[in-house]
Amino acid sequence: MNKNNLNSRIALALQETLLRAEKGLIPYIMAGDPDLDTTIELAVAMAQAGADVLELGVPFSDPVADGPAIQAAAQRSLAAGTKLKDILEAVEEIRMRSDIPLVLMTYYNPVYQYGVKQFINDATRVGVNGLIVPDLPPEESVELLQAGDDCGMDLIPLVTPNTPARRLEMIARQARGFVYCVSVTGVTGERNRIATGLPAMTSAVRRFTTLPVAVGFGISSPEQAVETARFCDAVVVGSALVKTVAKQAGSSELVPAVARQVRELKDALIGREVKKIDAAI
Amino acid sequence: MSMAAQKVETEHTTKTVTGNCGANTVLPDDRGYYGGFGGRFVPETIMPALEELIDAYRHFRDDSDFRQELHYYLQHYVGRPSPLYFARGLTEYLGGARIYLKREDLNHTGAHKINNTVGQVLLARRMGKKRIIAETGAGQHGVATATVAAMFDLQCAIYMGEEDIRRQSLNVFRMRLLGAEVVPVTSGSRTLKDAMNEAMRDWVTNIDDTYYLIGSVAGPHPYPYLVRDFQKVIGEEARRQIVEQAGRLPDYVVACVGGGSNAMGIFFPFIEDDGVNLIGVEAAGHGLDTDLHSATLSKGRPGVLHGSLSYLLQDGDGQVIPVHSISAGLDYPGVGPEHSYLKDSGRAVYVSATDREALDAFKILCRTEGIIPALESAHALAGVARLAPKLSRDEIIIVNLSGRGDKDVHTVAEELGVSLNE
Repeated sequence: MNKNNLNSRIALALQETLLRAEKGLIPYIMAGDPDLDTTIELAVAMAQAGADVLELGVPFSDPVADGPAIQAAAQRSLAAGTKLKDILEAVEEIRMRSDIPLVLMTYYNPVYQYGVKQFINDATRVGVNGLIVPDLPPEESVELLQAGDDCGMDLIPLVTPNTPARRLEMIARQARGFVYCVSVTGVTGERNRIATGLPAMTSAVRRFTTLPVAVGFGISSPEQAVETARFCDAVVVGSALVKTVAKQAGSSELVPAVARQVRELKDALIGREVKKIDAAI
Repeated sequence: MSMAAQKVETEHTTKTVTGNCGANTVLPDDRGYYGGFGGRFVPETIMPALEELIDAYRHFRDDSDFRQELHYYLQHYVGRPSPLYFARGLTEYLGGARIYLKREDLNHTGAHKINNTVGQVLLARRMGKKRIIAETGAGQHGVATATVAAMFDLQCAIYMGEEDIRRQSLNVFRMRLLGAEVVPVTSGSRTLKDAMNEAMRDWVTNIDDTYYLIGSVAGPHPYPYLVRDFQKVIGEEARRQIVEQAGRLPDYVVACVGGGSNAMGIFFPFIEDDGVNLIGVEAAGHGLDTDLHSATLSKGRPGVLHGSLSYLLQDGDGQVIPVHSISAGLDYPGVGPEHSYLKDSGRAVYVSATDREALDAFKILCRTEGIIPALESAHALAGVARLAPKLSRDEIIIVNLSGRGDKDVHTVAEELGVSLNE
């Protein structure tokens, strides 16, 4: 079995939610949108509102895996002058106020330019627990995976509905933290309905790993979160929160509005298993 | 002279530069790397599609039906072989080396791009794909893709930056006449780079039935290899033709480099000919000391964009920076990974030409040869205009005239302060 779930704070946090008869919630926001001070406040507020793991996006000029909402957020963040080293400093401040497991989602080039080993060292030092790199398939991730393992930084892989079994096995075996199932073939963004192939995908992943399985891309409402969570351990919600940030930018309502949204999502994911059992009886 | 020619012919026929995807020492290796450059830096959704493409091409590459069909269309539809033409007027004007033009501008649709789209569409058909997507900068690749999609009755969507749509309205109309949907891209700098982002997003979303027909030797493996394979016919013909006409190999082969497909196509068959100098000309825009250029190999450093590791114009934080060229086809912050390899290994040399130098070369070719070149190709000619006068009459330069300039007359008129709308 996969030995790498033993020391992972991310995996532990998600497994603990299951013990409490909840499903995990992983909210995503773009770091530096509208500015890094707000990002710090948002992170702390989301942790208090019930998030189990936080995902912070690192802005990139050419985000090929992202839909319009997150593309626009990256543009706003870059226009505000956000640099990768400033994001690490913001993480350091978040860490003084919350111990929630924290994941950075970044395209590969910013990490490559920073220097892979240097980045892993610095990110680990400030308290980042994991990385998601959407344009780095396992074939290209050898250096980053090794550097991460040396420091206890989880490299969280993505699997997609068209990932064949042979690749699924390879990806699951080198997964750390959790396995991120992309619910649809497509880019990030809200969608009207839950993908039909989801149960088959998550159960296929579980054949190769005991790590928690999370599902993301296209989940926005509490109802969708509950529906999706039937088939996995945690759900990732990104674009819906990013849109709230965009809408409330400059308003004192920004942080409370996002916190409220996270609270509603998390409330829907608490006690579902218990309720289902009650209903069955 | 004839003995030299004979020797070259023998070498030519016995040499086995096949680029067989790792099957011999020729690059790329099995992971799609050219030395330290290349690879596959793409979202997981795309990985199975790249593997499917590699498998399909490995199968059909040596399939005799596929080869025959490709040959048929290149000969009867594209009009190959394209002439290698001794440019007497240009040679006399510049007063140095003898200059030969490889006339890719005479191909159907007016540029070298069609060599690749014919090859890839035949592959896509055999893979059972019903929908073709592509990115385009100047619109030449978009037109070449819309053309083959029309011929084979395939659905076709072309992603094109809003800024390029403005600069290349003629090509936009051509694509629409050919039945393609031209999708304006409004993100980022609204040029080729952003069109490629959007095409990749489309592909990720429609991965099952859609074939992404990349137009340059860029993108993730196997595209740089595939496109080189379909474009190397340029260099194979030129090598044969110069031996027939001049009795020997050239001293210099010159081509413009944006993503680098016309350059790779003409360079590749000469790579093992040590005496042949390979020179790529990038777009220096307003000058290499300004922020307004797209000279990736001259001013960039290695980074990852659009699926491969290659030289890249970027800031200190790894963000891709805006680029500029008068020529929409060269207005790209990246470059094909094999060019990065050829630069670092020293096998090819990369120089640059400014907008102004390209315009001067454009006018010179019009007047000395009666040929209106594409602004992209005019950059290669600008390189030749600097090089040729320093060489003797005994020396030979082949320049890849990658496209014709009809599409650029509006841009040139604008630059010269002439209004065409009166």
